[in-house]
Amino acid sequence: MTVETFSGAERILEPSAGALLRRRVFGHAGFMIGAAIILAILAAALLAPWLAPHDPYAQDLTRRLVPPVWDAKGSWLDPLGTDQLGRDYLSRLLFGARISLLIGFSAALISGLIGTGLGLCAGYFGGRVDMVASFVVTTRLAMPVVLVALAVVALAGGSLHIVVAVLGLLLWDRFAVVTRAATHQVRQLDYVAAARATGCSTARIILAEILPNIMNALIVIATIEMANAILLDAALSFLGLGVQPPLPDWGLMVAEGKEYMFFSPWVIAIPGLALFTLVLAINLVGDGLRDLAAPENRN
Amino acid sequence: MTPPLLEMRDVTRSFEVSAGLLRRRRTLRAVNGVSLRLEKGEVLGLVGESGCGKSTIAKMLLGLLPPQSGAILLEGRSLAALDRKAVARRIQPVFQDPYSSLNPRKTVGAIIALPLRVHGIGDRRERRARVFAMMDRVGLAPRLHASFPSQLSGGQRQRVAIARALITAPEILICDEPTSALDVSVQSQILNLLQDLRRELGLTYLLISHNLAVVEHMATRVAVMYLGRIVEEAASETLFGRPRHPYTEALLASVLTPEPGLGLPDTGLGAAFPNPLEPPSGCAFHPRCPKAMPLCRGTPPPARSKDGARVECHLCAAAVP
Ligand SMILES: Nc1ncnc2c1ncn2[C@@H]1O[C@H](COP(=O)(O)OP(=O)(O)OP(=O)(O)O)[C@@H](O)[C@H]1O
Ligand SMILES: [Mg+2]
Repeated sequence: MTVETFSGAERILEPSAGALLRRRVFGHAGFMIGAAIILAILAAALLAPWLAPHDPYAQDLTRRLVPPVWDAKGSWLDPLGTDQLGRDYLSRLLFGARISLLIGFSAALISGLIGTGLGLCAGYFGGRVDMVASFVVTTRLAMPVVLVALAVVALAGGSLHIVVAVLGLLLWDRFAVVTRAATHQVRQLDYVAAARATGCSTARIILAEILPNIMNALIVIATIEMANAILLDAALSFLGLGVQPPLPDWGLMVAEGKEYMFFSPWVIAIPGLALFTLVLAINLVGDGLRDLAAPENRN
Repeated sequence: MTPPLLEMRDVTRSFEVSAGLLRRRRTLRAVNGVSLRLEKGEVLGLVGESGCGKSTIAKMLLGLLPPQSGAILLEGRSLAALDRKAVARRIQPVFQDPYSSLNPRKTVGAIIALPLRVHGIGDRRERRARVFAMMDRVGLAPRLHASFPSQLSGGQRQRVAIARALITAPEILICDEPTSALDVSVQSQILNLLQDLRRELGLTYLLISHNLAVVEHMATRVAVMYLGRIVEEAASETLFGRPRHPYTEALLASVLTPEPGLGLPDTGLGAAFPNPLEPPSGCAFHPRCPKAMPLCRGTPPPARSKDGARVECHLCAAAVP
């Protein structure tokens, strides 16, 4: 057989793919800042029992609305002050990070599973399946998220589970639309035809050949929906229809503090700032992932 | 008489295409009554201009697209009645574009091993050994085993595609323009590889190409396709030595232009390829045919077969009464 082997000399001078990726990730300022903030908040949430100076539920009515430490009347006993029931604000903030992250992550996961499943089926099978899926998506888009969430939570009560379920069941439309379009595109490629020609099952083609190739887009959407869920949860809590007291939810903290905001502005500024930072960080990471995954940046 | 290895009998396939919003959907006859026989050990070349239905035939032969009428028979048994995996063990594809035929998320090793895993052949170690053996056979260095397709050249990618097709030891390879996406210098390497593999493994090829030089180099028999129909079919030497259909003549004449091998050269036929949505009446080739007669406009030409050669043209019908 006269087949020459390629020496691959042209590749020796190039750094490996892993090194290139690492360089691009570390060179992306927005992504790195966002990732650092998220990691910090995640660490705070996980280590809350050890980091928190007090029990987040322990009330001390003799020490109500104590200002934070940087205020003249503040003290290191409650570094971020106390709320209207005398609970330590730093401890509540740390434990509140758990709720926000839990809600954001679970809602994005549930909606991701629903939307991706629907989009994969619609994009792969096309025809009738696509028509039905498109109808379901259209129906969902016709429902105003906030109003439906309000109605359901008002009827079923505002436990953490219900808020997660409602948000998860309402936020899948973007997943479905993007997955459908991406699947439709990928399924025309020859490697899918090659997989079919080797006798691959449909499930295997969808899960092993198509899904990994659309994962980039899905991760970006997951960040968007995570931020979305956290903000919606805060809004529901603020309206008194989200998770219920005494849970240290950041939205709930803003709601409970709103009567005192003129004389004690920190009670809404601190949880508000925490929400803002978390959502900003998630969006930075999402944008960064989109940039890093964009084909024109790929080597 | 034993049935041919693979046979198409009067196969038709059309597509519903929408011409735009609010417009009526129209029927495009991509393959219109095609009969083909692929005998064991031969290389059947299928040539024709872009859009004449070559890839549609390939997809149907691979079982990826069901024909609307007619039958596809593998050793006399209908492809539709056979198990998908059983067909996959015997017929495998090599696609045109090695940039889209390899999953960018998988390593070369995983791509080549996929058919083995799908068919449950061997355990991990055995599969690995077979993959390395196949890589060696198609001329891929072992160090490429863990590479991703994006790290390979076009020729290397096509070798991966060939290795994947051959790893389960099929009998028939459907090569849909296997070299037209490659650099000219790499094209002949891949063709030589295919030629060597055919000899060593006793393979049968359907070689689709719009490059007549490729077909002349490889094929033992050639079928010329025009607008969904096979207009001429003959042994390679016969067809290249004495073409009978005016379309084949035009194709051959165009190869003699100074730049062969750059896709399908200008056919010298003037008028563009007709809109397949509105095929001409009578002989589909008559608007471009230099020898068209009044008869050609109205009546589709009958097929004439002689000595294993077949041609659909009124001229030949008159010459061989
Ligand atoms: N899935 C499809 N839907 C609609 N029309 C199609 C589809 N597949 C093919 N066609 C049409 O059928 C005709 C034949 O297509 P085919 O891909 O078989 O051509 P081809 O001979 O392989 O061309 P090329 O040399 O460009 O690859 C074309 O007009 C094409 O537009
Ligand atoms: Mg084609």
